[in-house]
Amino acid sequence: MSIWEYANPKKFMETSGWVLPWVIGLTALTLIPGLVWGYFFTPQAENFGATVKIIYIHVPAAMIAINAWLMMLVASMIWLVRRHHVSALAAKAAAPIGMTMTLIALITGAVWGQPMWGTWWAWDPRLTSFLVLFLFYLGYMALWEAIDNPDTAADLTAVLCIVGSVFALLSRYAVNFWNQGLHQAASLSVDKEEHVADVFYKPLVLCIVGFILLFVTLVLLRTRTEVRARRLKALEARERMA
Amino acid sequence: MIALLFRDMRLAVRAGGGFGLGLAFFLIVTVLIPFGVGPQSEILGRIAPGVLWVAALLACLLSLDRIFALDYEDGSLDLLATAPLPLEGVVAMKALAHWLTTGLPLTLVAPGLGLLLNMPEDAYFWLVVTLLLGTPALSYIGTFGAALTVGLKRGGLLLSLLVLPLYMPTLIFGAEALRRGADGMANTTPLFMLAGITLFTIALLPFVAAAAVRINLR
Amino acid sequence: MRRAMELKVTDLACARGGVPILEGLSFSLASGEALLLRGPNGIGKTTLLRTLAGLQPALAGRMSVPAESLAYGAHADGLKAALTVRENLMFWARVYGTRDISQALADFNLEDLVDRQAHSLSAGQKRRLGLARLLVTGRPVWALDEPTVSLDTDSVALFGKAVRAHCKAGGLALMATHIDLGFTARELDLTPFKALPESTGGYVRSGFDGDEDFT
Repeated sequence: MSIWEYANPKKFMETSGWVLPWVIGLTALTLIPGLVWGYFFTPQAENFGATVKIIYIHVPAAMIAINAWLMMLVASMIWLVRRHHVSALAAKAAAPIGMTMTLIALITGAVWGQPMWGTWWAWDPRLTSFLVLFLFYLGYMALWEAIDNPDTAADLTAVLCIVGSVFALLSRYAVNFWNQGLHQAASLSVDKEEHVADVFYKPLVLCIVGFILLFVTLVLLRTRTEVRARRLKALEARERMA
Repeated sequence: MIALLFRDMRLAVRAGGGFGLGLAFFLIVTVLIPFGVGPQSEILGRIAPGVLWVAALLACLLSLDRIFALDYEDGSLDLLATAPLPLEGVVAMKALAHWLTTGLPLTLVAPGLGLLLNMPEDAYFWLVVTLLLGTPALSYIGTFGAALTVGLKRGGLLLSLLVLPLYMPTLIFGAEALRRGADGMANTTPLFMLAGITLFTIALLPFVAAAAVRINLR
Repeated sequence: MRRAMELKVTDLACARGGVPILEGLSFSLASGEALLLRGPNGIGKTTLLRTLAGLQPALAGRMSVPAESLAYGAHADGLKAALTVRENLMFWARVYGTRDISQALADFNLEDLVDRQAHSLSAGQKRRLGLARLLVTGRPVWALDEPTVSLDTDSVALFGKAVRAHCKAGGLALMATHIDLGFTARELDLTPFKALPESTGGYVRSGFDGDEDFT
């Protein structure tokens, strides 16, 4: 029994169908208490006011935004090396989730930044990097949509994901370099994690776990949908041939 | 391989090859800028280096879809893929031809357009140097993007969407090296980074692009 | 005379757009032979030729095409409209490392057109130029997809002559065509090798082919 057996679509559907309700339950059990705890039962920080509570969405969303791309990278490589269709479809399924999380991180960041820094947007390295990441997600998804043949699409998007990762890292470094070179604006970016006191920290951890589980749930759901869509296509092709 | 290089360059220069289009586009964008930001020469001079870099980048983008699309439509790409040339070499030569007919001419006319924007004197040297170092990367990255979208009917817009994020590091380091050089600051770090990206793309992307072309021909 | 060689295909299966269309196909072709592929539209003649040319992978089976021996002639001629006849042909000659294009020009009656740009040629003239390309490749195995499209009877005769000369010199020719070329050649009907919908033909099952109910 090897882990690769789950890469067979049939086996994957069986297993994921069994696992899914449990993951959904666990997501609800962590995310809802985490958010409620964070929102209603934490004190207001002296210099942040009530705005600090957005941290419970902002930070987990940002973490998922980056890690979703990492997951896509790994899934893409598995597809290229071992040709497991489920892997390619999982990468495809994760992209819109990652993009949404990036968008959530950007928007909540703007909403938070307005009262804190007096501006909705600044070309701070962190903010800029997330914007760049958002563009990478857009391109990746657009390529999936544009190609008819599913195997060709899987191959090309996997290649794009790998090359894109290299350039995303380069961009991250470049953006850091670019801004510090211009306005020494590092003071704008508040290092969140380090400044978070214990009272805020515990619900935050719960929220992060909740978001991770939410991500897993959504990826499983979407991958199952993709597998079914592919199966439908295969059946249609068979009908046509018969 | 050399035959391919000459063929692609000849095709670009011949009627319908679109050789002048990139240059004309570069000129027009540069002319539009003062209309947008106002005629004050002080402001124009300050933004000139960045504007010229962005305009050159967009002008490069304009002709990318021609790299493979025409050869794909008339069947040459199939024939090239079955020819004794390694496809990686074909891709590298096509990217080189693109640079020689796009990036290099853009670099050469850029100082003239700098005059239009009242660019400060110290910037001219660095403008040419950074464009010379950076535009090959634009051609090679663009060739990779073109390879991804070979088989698509209207891949032009998608190509821009795929390639522009990949252009970002090149643009950042190129414009930064230029800006620092023009201000008389040390700019070896961004300059080396720019040269590094260019060498890296020339060395590796033809392999990836050739793989993408093969997938698309399948 | 070229040294003798053989093209051998054993139990081959190929797919178009991910759907298996041919399977269990076996044939062989030796020096001096020409083989005409027959079968209705969509049976997979183009797919077979592209597979042999290495443009797409086979699903299953073996094919032994001697390395660096195959010249592929597709539906499209791969001509550049902005280049002259000579430039078009010279380019391929240089790619294949053969320098002489005069014989190819003569065989396809293109000598009067050498300095015309390809966009000013008629469809039949373009096709002749496309076929002349085969001669400059200097390769022994020709895999041709509908080589006589838009040729008039005289040109078809020219082409037939070229194929005969090629085979006589020890070359091999594999052609998908419906037209009588004026010489007798072996024929291979692909219809019996059509892949059955249920069959897998050695095709690695992806698990998507609907062998499970939809729940």
